This record gives sequence, structure tokens and C-alpha cells, in this order.
Amino acid sequence: MLQTSPAVRNDARPDENKARALTAYRWMILARVLEEKLASLYRGGKITGGVFLGKGQEALSAAIGTALKKGDIFAPLIRDMAGRLAFGESVLEAARTYLGSRLGPMRGRDGNIHRGKPRDGYYAMISHLGAMVSTVAGGLFARRARGETGVVGATCIGDGATSTGSFHEGLNMAAVEKLPLVVIVANNQYAYSTPTARQYACEDLVQRAAGYGVAGYKIDGTDPSACVEVVHEAVARARAGAGPQMVVADLLRLVGHGEHDDFHYMNHALKLAPIGRDCLDVAREQLIASGDATRAQLDTMRNQAAAEVESACGTALREALPNPSEEDWCALSTRRLSEGGQQ
Amino acid sequence: MFQNQTATTAQTGTITYLEAIRAAQRKLLAEDERVFIYGQDIADFGGAFKATKGLAKEFPGRVIDSPISEDAQVGLAIGAALEGMRPIVEMQFADFSTCGLTQILQHAATMFWRTGVPCPIVVRLPSGGTAGAGPFHSQSMEALYAHYPGIVVMTPATVEDAYTMLLEAVEIDDPVIFCEHKYLYYHLKADGLPDVALPTGKARIARAGRDATIVTYSAMVHESIACAEELAAEGWEIEVVDLRSVKPLDTDTILGSVARTGRLLAVGEAFPWGGVTAEVLARIATEGFGLLDAPPMRLNAKDTPVPYHPNLWGTHRPTARAITSAMRDLLRS
Repeated sequence: MLQTSPAVRNDARPDENKARALTAYRWMILARVLEEKLASLYRGGKITGGVFLGKGQEALSAAIGTALKKGDIFAPLIRDMAGRLAFGESVLEAARTYLGSRLGPMRGRDGNIHRGKPRDGYYAMISHLGAMVSTVAGGLFARRARGETGVVGATCIGDGATSTGSFHEGLNMAAVEKLPLVVIVANNQYAYSTPTARQYACEDLVQRAAGYGVAGYKIDGTDPSACVEVVHEAVARARAGAGPQMVVADLLRLVGHGEHDDFHYMNHALKLAPIGRDCLDVAREQLIASGDATRAQLDTMRNQAAAEVESACGTALREALPNPSEEDWCALSTRRLSEGGQQ
Repeated sequence: MFQNQTATTAQTGTITYLEAIRAAQRKLLAEDERVFIYGQDIADFGGAFKATKGLAKEFPGRVIDSPISEDAQVGLAIGAALEGMRPIVEMQFADFSTCGLTQILQHAATMFWRTGVPCPIVVRLPSGGTAGAGPFHSQSMEALYAHYPGIVVMTPATVEDAYTMLLEAVEIDDPVIFCEHKYLYYHLKADGLPDVALPTGKARIARAGRDATIVTYSAMVHESIACAEELAAEGWEIEVVDLRSVKPLDTDTILGSVARTGRLLAVGEAFPWGGVTAEVLARIATEGFGLLDAPPMRLNAKDTPVPYHPNLWGTHRPTARAITSAMRDLLRS
């Protein structure tokens, strides 16, 4: 069941898709502005550790974030600021994690992109790529066992992660268990510095969907309206009981792996090709051309995003940092079984 | 016959160690709707060792065959645990759990610390050597798991502990590695299953003595008791401490025993570098140095893969004979 975007029949009415595109844009611009601020704070020495940007991937990420509902499960990856915000993370929580605030969800114990709130269905990724595929499947397995219906779980990975055993095991298992899992593959042309030619030998990653017996979709990840349309369709099908769905989007990571990486290895031909388009520029053009938004309205959205980001980062910067002498050095929730005090 | 046959003690009961594990799972499935079991060949087939025999039929949809995907099996358990379930993952052999290490050590074990949300999964590891099993079906992996923060590691040595500790493992809100010994599956028997037990984290004096202490766990408890019985004929009284869980490690009970005997031998079936016996010696050397009348000793398997042929295997791992030999050295020192 291999599909490409023109073949997808989106049941949503045209005005629904237009509303979705505008909503997605709001998260895209908020993510972009927040990440620009985080990069600035990193360069200014205010953030310890890494900063990893999703520049160029906002359209795809916002599409999955807006397609999911409260009560669904979402395990984003490195470049999913837009999807995280759309799924319900606040700008303040993101800023707190990057800035190490003890009030953030990770309390300084983990940082940057390794954040989440599992109780809200927002799983915290680990660095070992592909691991979240089976984990989200497990969350869905539990929901089904409890009799919940209409739940969808989604996770995002890149081209590099499709080479891991975890990805293979997880997607195969989800297909065997017929779970409502949506896997979003951002084929951003580089895994850190490794180009796709050194990552896989099939013609297109979407071909793998057939091998797993799951539905496959191929989209232009620089086309925001296509991202919204196809990803919402894949989520709707999973929700309706059609089993796992895999969406592969071609796009270009427009920045280095992290802010420490100058991306000198980038093939400039890709940057000049259609795949090198900035999805935010494309989104603006689409929204203005369709008459769904004016230039002034979009500028206002950016200004509102900037104000929200400034406020949140200002708050997080003033908050207390983790204190080792007040830290509870106990890795178990069952305190009587902890050895922490014995060392 | 092969050399160095394995020692067992008091095998007159009717319930085996394996049956105790099955009975615990049956009770858990019957009494706790959050429990399910996920593993290879465990449904209609009943598992490679029949630890789940009959359970899939009795509890439809809750004892489930998985693909051969240890990483995904544990990943599924983690996700299910986050959503309030109490999954048990059966590894077909402890050795294959290396394919699931990422999910166990990097994901499940870090979950509570990172997110504040507990990750109550149980991973059952059919562990330890049996004659002819060879390098990939014989390993004892408790030390590897115990090295990582965020995990409880159980190593039951008796039928009763196999039962009550598995029940407790599912109750515990944290990841539990349950090392069940394959040799004990069939060779160890008891008359009945207990209602009460020592809590996890408390070691047990398996045999009282006053001349020397053997600290050990799992199948080596029985080899050590056989050693103690042999030396008892010569007038020595050897105390055997069964750790029950290697993490947490009950340092207090070991210190108390060494305070009585003044001599310590730690015995484990696992590989020698680091590990449980090294941890025991390190703790007693640092916290109980003044209690020792002689340098503490440790005895483990050899630093090679586990050999296939029983003649080699019987020498690779500690046996009652090898423990007795080491103990004679300790008593003379």
C-alpha cells in the first residue's frame, strides 16, 4: 500500500485544510523564533550542552503536532520544536529545559531535546535513535488493552535513524500488533554529517513501508500545505484502525547538526535546489496566495511569537538552577531499594 | 559420567522452581489486570522452558508471542508501563537480553530519574549454565545490570524466593531484572509456596556457621551449602549468606556474618572481572576491614566464554568441589 501525496484523498473540507495550514504556520513561526533565541543564548554562553535546531523541518513537525489530539501519544525527536509546541508543550517549559531551570520538567537532570512529560502522553526521547518507535507502540498497546479506541501515537525520526535495528524492530512489531502508530521520517539528507548515499541503498525510504506491511506516504517536506494534508490523512487513517502509517518527507536540514556544527560539509547544490527551500517562506507564500492571510497578519504573528519567546526566556533565565546539595540522588522511585545513600 | 556434577540440596518436594515462576505469573495475571507477558514462543507453546505453559489459554490476549526483537519487546514494555500497565518481558535466554540492553539500561533505567515517572517493568532472564548449553545459552548477567543506576536485580536461589520475589518484582514501581536460574528450574523442589517472604533487599542466612562466611546467590547457594556440608564432617562450621537480590545488596547482613566468622569467601557464577563478588569484597574491605581475620577471597567463573562440553563447563564455573578447595585455603590463612 504505497502512496504518494497526489493519490491521497483527504476527506477534510478545503476550508478545514486552510484553517489547519494557518494553525500550523503559527507553530512553525513560534518554533523558528524560539530556536533562533536559543541559538543566540547558546552563542552567548547561557546554555550548557548542545542546541539542536529544526530549521527547515518546521512544516513537517507542525503537521504532526497539529494532527494529534490531547490524549494521543507523541514522541518527538531532535528537530521537532514545532511539533512539541503544537502538541501542548509551552515555550516556557522548552526554555526551562534548555536553560537548566530547576522548575522545568527535567529539573536539570536532562537537557535540551531530551525532554517530555510522559503523564501527558508526551514521551521524552533518549539519544539512542529508533528507541521511541517501539515505546510509542507499547503505549498504544496499553491503551488498546484498556479498551481505549481512537487513540493515535506518533514518533519522528530522521533518515539516519532508519538504519538502526530499533527502527526496524519497532516498526515491524507495531505492524504485527496492528497498532495505530504513525512514524514520521524526516529525510533531511544528513545524519550529522553523513549523506543519504552512505545511509541507505534503496531508491526511496518510503519503499520500506511495503516491506513492513504498513501504509507509506511520500511528501515534499518543504511544502507546508502538502505536509498538513498528508500527515493529517495518515493520522486519520491510523485513528480509524488502518494500522501503522509511515510518512517520508524529503527536505533539507538548513543548519548544522547542532549549533556547534558549521555544516561545512553541506552540498550547496541541495541548498539551491527546490529541496533547499525554507518551508517558512513557502508557507508565507501559500497563505498569502490563497488569501488565507495577509502579509501584515503574518508579520503580526511573528511579532507575537517573538514577544512570547522573550518573555519565557526572560523568566527561565531568572529561575533557580539545580543545586547538587539539594538534589535527591536516588534513581529509583522505590526509596527503600535505593543504594544511593550507601555509596 | 561427566566431571563435577552440580550440587543440589533437599529435593524431595513437589513444586519445582520453574513451577513456582509459573504459579507466580498465574497469580499475577489472575489478580492484577495491569499484568501481561510479552516474549518469544510464550503463548500457545508455553515458552522455551514452559514457564508460561497454559497461561495464554487461561488468560486470552495477555500472554503474547513477540517477534524476535528484544529491543522492541522491552520498548513495548516501557511504553505500556508509562501508560499504567505492569508488563513482564520473558527473554528466551538471559544471553539474548544483550539485544535489549539499550531499552533496559538507557531507557527504562533512566526514566524515573529523568522524568519523575516510574517505569515498572519486569524482565525475566533465564540465567546461568546447564550442561551442554555453551557460550550463548549459559550466561549470568546480573553484574552487568546491577552496574547501572535505576534497576533492581533479583537472583532467587530457592523455590520460595522464585515465587515471592517475582510477585514482589511486579509490585515494585521500578525496572526489575529477574535472574532465574535454569539449572534450578527442574532440580529444585519445595513442598509448597509461601504467603510471606523476606522483602527484597534483605539477604538470608541459608546456613549458619561460625568459622567462615560464604556470600553468594542463585545456584551457587546450593554449591556453597554442599561445600559447607562436606566441611561440617571435618568439624568446620561454614555460614552461607544468600543475597537474594544483588541490587540492592544487603551489606549489613554480610557485615554481621563476617563479624561472627572473621573470614569471607564471595562466590558467583558470573565472569570474574568486577561484578557481584568484587562488590561484596570492596564493601567488606572498606566498611568491615577490622572484622577480617584473613584476606577475603572470591571465586567466579573463568575469564573465558562459557564452554559447551560438560567436562570444560564443570571446571569453568565454581562447583562445590572448587568452593571447598577455596574454603580450605581461606580456613588455613
